[in-house]
Amino acid sequence: MKFPETNIDFMGKRKISGVISIVLVLVSLITMAVTGLNLGLDFTGGTLVEVEFAESANPNEIRQLLETNGYENGVVQYFGTERDLLIRMPSQTDTAQANLGDEILSALRSAHPDVVMRQSNYVGPAVGEELTEDGGLALLTALFVVMIYIFFRFTKQFSVGAVVALIHDVLIVLGIFAVAQWTFDLSVLAALLAVIGYSLNDTIVVSDRIRENFRKIRKGASFDVINTSLNQTLGRTLVTSMTTLFVLLALLFAGGEMIRGFALALTIGVVVGTYSSIYVAANMLLVMNITREDLLVPEKDSPENAMP
Amino acid sequence: MARSSGLVGESLLGMPKGSNRAPNTFSITRYVIILFVVVIGGIYAAPNLYQPDPALQIKSTNEANPLNQTVVDKAIAELSAQGVQVTGSELTENAALIRVGSDEDQLRGRDLVSAALNPGSDGRYVVALNRASTTPQWLQDFGGKPMSLGLDLSGGVHFLLQVDMDKFLGDRIRSNQEAIRDLLVSERIRYVGRDWVDGQQLSIGFQSEEARDAAEEQISKTFDAFQILTRDVDGRPGLRLNLLEETIRELEDLAIQQNLQSLRNRVNELGVSEPLVQRLGRSRIVLDLPGVQDSARAKEIINKFANLEFRLVALPNARPSQTETHEYEGAPVVLETRNIVTGDQVTNALQEYDPESGLPQVSITLDNDGGRAMNEITKDHVGDSMAILFKELKVRSRKVVEDGVEILKPYTVEEKRLINVATIQSALGFRFRITGLGLGEARDLALLLRAGALAAPMYIVEERTVGASLGEENIDKGTQSIVIGFALVLVFMLFYYKWFGFAANVALTVNLVLMVAIMSVLGATLTLPGIAGIVLTVGMAVDANVLIFARIREEAKERSPQQAISAGFDRALLTILDANITTFFVAIILLSVGSGPVRGFAVTLAVGIVTSMFTAILGTRALVNLMYGGRKLEKVSI
Repeated sequence: MKFPETNIDFMGKRKISGVISIVLVLVSLITMAVTGLNLGLDFTGGTLVEVEFAESANPNEIRQLLETNGYENGVVQYFGTERDLLIRMPSQTDTAQANLGDEILSALRSAHPDVVMRQSNYVGPAVGEELTEDGGLALLTALFVVMIYIFFRFTKQFSVGAVVALIHDVLIVLGIFAVAQWTFDLSVLAALLAVIGYSLNDTIVVSDRIRENFRKIRKGASFDVINTSLNQTLGRTLVTSMTTLFVLLALLFAGGEMIRGFALALTIGVVVGTYSSIYVAANMLLVMNITREDLLVPEKDSPENAMP
Repeated sequence: MARSSGLVGESLLGMPKGSNRAPNTFSITRYVIILFVVVIGGIYAAPNLYQPDPALQIKSTNEANPLNQTVVDKAIAELSAQGVQVTGSELTENAALIRVGSDEDQLRGRDLVSAALNPGSDGRYVVALNRASTTPQWLQDFGGKPMSLGLDLSGGVHFLLQVDMDKFLGDRIRSNQEAIRDLLVSERIRYVGRDWVDGQQLSIGFQSEEARDAAEEQISKTFDAFQILTRDVDGRPGLRLNLLEETIRELEDLAIQQNLQSLRNRVNELGVSEPLVQRLGRSRIVLDLPGVQDSARAKEIINKFANLEFRLVALPNARPSQTETHEYEGAPVVLETRNIVTGDQVTNALQEYDPESGLPQVSITLDNDGGRAMNEITKDHVGDSMAILFKELKVRSRKVVEDGVEILKPYTVEEKRLINVATIQSALGFRFRITGLGLGEARDLALLLRAGALAAPMYIVEERTVGASLGEENIDKGTQSIVIGFALVLVFMLFYYKWFGFAANVALTVNLVLMVAIMSVLGATLTLPGIAGIVLTVGMAVDANVLIFARIREEAKERSPQQAISAGFDRALLTILDANITTFFVAIILLSVGSGPVRGFAVTLAVGIVTSMFTAILGTRALVNLMYGGRKLEKVSI
C-alpha cells in the first residue's frame, strides 16, 4: 500500500487555520480563567479513597453515611463501574488529616462490611503546592530547552515556530480538560510533557524537510517550498500519528481508570500536535518571513559537520 | 545534508568511503555485534518472564533467638500440618524463605508460622510476605534479575514523611541553654532572665557590659556551634546566639540518619519484606511498604514517637525550679526534672505478661551507661520513690494564614503521662520490668524501644495506598494494553510496508526486549505510568522506520533500488537524530523535575528513545541488508 502523492495547498489555507488556532487558544485560556481546571488531588491536597462494593453502590447513600459520621463536603462519585466509588475530601480542619482515609474506611466498613479498599491517597497542602510548582517549572524548562536546541540546530524562525506550536498544543489540551472538567492530575501533566515531546518530533521532521528543500529547490517562493515540504512529509506524519494513536487507543480502552486521563490527554495532544506541526509551526515561518538566505549557512557549518 | 547527493558519499553510519563491498551489506563483524547486543538484551530481559513464587520470609529480631534450620523445619512442619502447601525453602545468613503454593496459602501461612514461632510473647521472629525468585540459576549467574514492581502494581503503601526540624533544633537549642546557664553560673557571670529561647536563637541579657564580654569569651571558648552577636536584649547589654548553618546541617543529617535507622527497624518489625526507606531532600523521608494493606497499623508504628523517662520523685526540700508536677492515679506527684535514664539507653525490650497478675508488662535491658547510672542512683535512694514517665509526641494541625492563604499546618505536641510510681526496694541494675500499661501500649512500647527512638518527630505529608486487587488489575490491564497496542502496530506495519514492515517489526520487538533488559539492569521499578511509557514508545519507535521507508520510496523515484535504500537510510538519519535528541531532552527534564508517576514514565521514555534509535537505525538496516543487500533488484517493493 502506498500513501498517494499529494499536492495540497496547505499554506493557502493558512489564514483560516490561523484564525481557528487563535480562537481555540483563546477559548482555552478563557475557560481556564473562568471555570478553571478540575485539579486532581495531587495539586489540591486532600484525601481520596476508592472503594469497591460487592453490589452496585449508591453515592447518595454513602454521602449521607459520611455526613452522619461528621465527614462533610465530601464528593462521592462512580469510578469506572457501578460498584466502584471514589470519595474525595477537601483538606479538613481539626482532625489529624493523615488519618482521614482510615477513618472514612472504617466508617464505610461498619455499614458495609464487604467493602474493599482499592486505593487511599492523602496529599498534604504543602506537597500539593510543590507539585504544582514543579509541574509548571517542568513545562517551562522543557519549552525553553527545546527553543535553545532548535535555535542552534536551525534558525530563530524555526525555534519560535516550534515553541509557538508547542504552547498552542499544551494550551488546547489544557483547554479541553477545562471545558470537559476532566480531572487534571500528575499523570495528565506527564502526558502533557509527552505531548511536547511528540509534537516536537513532528515539527522537527517537517522543519528538517523545509530546510532541506530551501537549499535544494533554488527557485520558488518560501510559500511554495513550505507547501512542497509539507506534502512530502505528509505520508510519514500521518503514518506515525496513526501508529501512535493505535497504542493510545489501546491504553484508553484497555488500560483502566488509572491511566485514562493520561491516555486521553495524549490522544488529544497527538491529534492537535499533528495539526500544529503543519499549520502552526510552518505557518509561523511564513509569518516571520523566512527566506532562503536565512538557511544558506557557510560551508563549514553544514549539518553533516554540525551533527551533535 | 542536501549536498551529500551521491550514494557513495561517506555514510553517516560509518561505512568506509569507497568500500568495494557490494551495496547495502554490512561486514560480518557488524552483524555479529548487533546479534551480540540482541542476545545480551534477551538474557537480561528473560528473568522478567519468570513469575515469582509466593513465599514467607522469616527473620530473627534478636541474637537470643537465632535463625537456623530447626526454626525453618518447625515452621514447615506447622504449615504442612495445617494443610498449607510448601514447595521449597532456603536459609541464608539473616533470613529464611519458605515457598508456598498460592497467595491464599501465603496469607494463612504467615499467621500460622508467626504463632508457631512466637509462643506467648511477641517479637522473637518476624514473618513477612515475600516473593521468591524463580529465575533459573544460569540466568542469575549472569546477574539477571526481574524488574521490581511499583506500589501501583504490587499493592502497598507509600509515605512521604516530613521531619519536624523546628522542633528538633528547638530541643537542641534548649539543651544548650541549660549547659550555657551552668557555665555562666560556675563562672559567676550575672545574667538576666531564665528563658532565653527566642525562636531559633538564644537571647541573653546581662547586668553589665563587663559581664557580657566575660560571657562572650567563655561561651565562644566552649560552644563552637553558635554564631555569637553582640546585641542589646531588652535595653540591657546582651548576646544573641544563632546556630551556625553548618551545625544546623549536621544536626539535620544526624536526625535524618537516626530516623531512617529507627524507621528501618520498625518496618522490619511490621513484617514488610522489601521496604524502601530513604531520604528525600533536606528534611523528608520516603517510605514504601510493598504488600502492606493496613495503612492504619503502619501509620501507628512508623509515626509513633514514644519514649520512657525514669526519674526520682522529688524530696520535700527540692528546689521548685528543678521539679515538675504530674498526675498519678488522681493525685499530683512532684518529680525531679532530671532523668536517670531514658528509653534511648534501652538495648532490648520485650512485651510479656506478669506471671502472677497476668497483666502485660515490658521487660527492659539497659545498655552499659544506662545500667550504671541506674545502679548508682537507685543505690543511694533505697526507700525513695522512682517514677516512670511515658512520653509521646502527637501530631496536631492548626489553621494559619500564610501569604494571605489559610492553610493547615501540622505541629507536634508532647504528652507526658506518669505510668508508674514505685518505692525503690533495692539498687536496680541492667534488667527490670515495668507495668502499668495497657496491652496495646506495652506491645508498641516494646517495639519502639527495640527499634530505637526517632531523633525528631515526623508527620505524614503524603500517603498513597494501593489495594492488592487494584494492583493486580493494573498489571492485567497494563499487559493487555501493551499486547493490543503492539499487535495493532505490527499488523499495520506489515500491511503498509510489506517486507520492510517485517524488518521494522523485528526491530520493534527487539526494541521492547532491549527496553526491558536495560530497565532490569538499571534496577528500575516498573509502574503503571512506566507501562504507559512502554506502550507509547512502541507507537513512536516506528517513527524512525517510517521516516526511513518514506525516504526510500521518494528516492526510489530517481535512483536504482539499491541506491534508494542506501540514500533513504542515510538521509533520514539526521532527521531521526534531531527529533529523538529533543524528545530525549524532554524525557530528562521529566526525570529531573517530576516526581512519582512522572518519573516512572520518564524513565521508560528515555530508555525507549535510546533503544529505538539502535534498533530502528542499525537493526532494521541489518535486516534490510540481509534481505536485499548485494542482490540485483528490479524495484523496491515498499
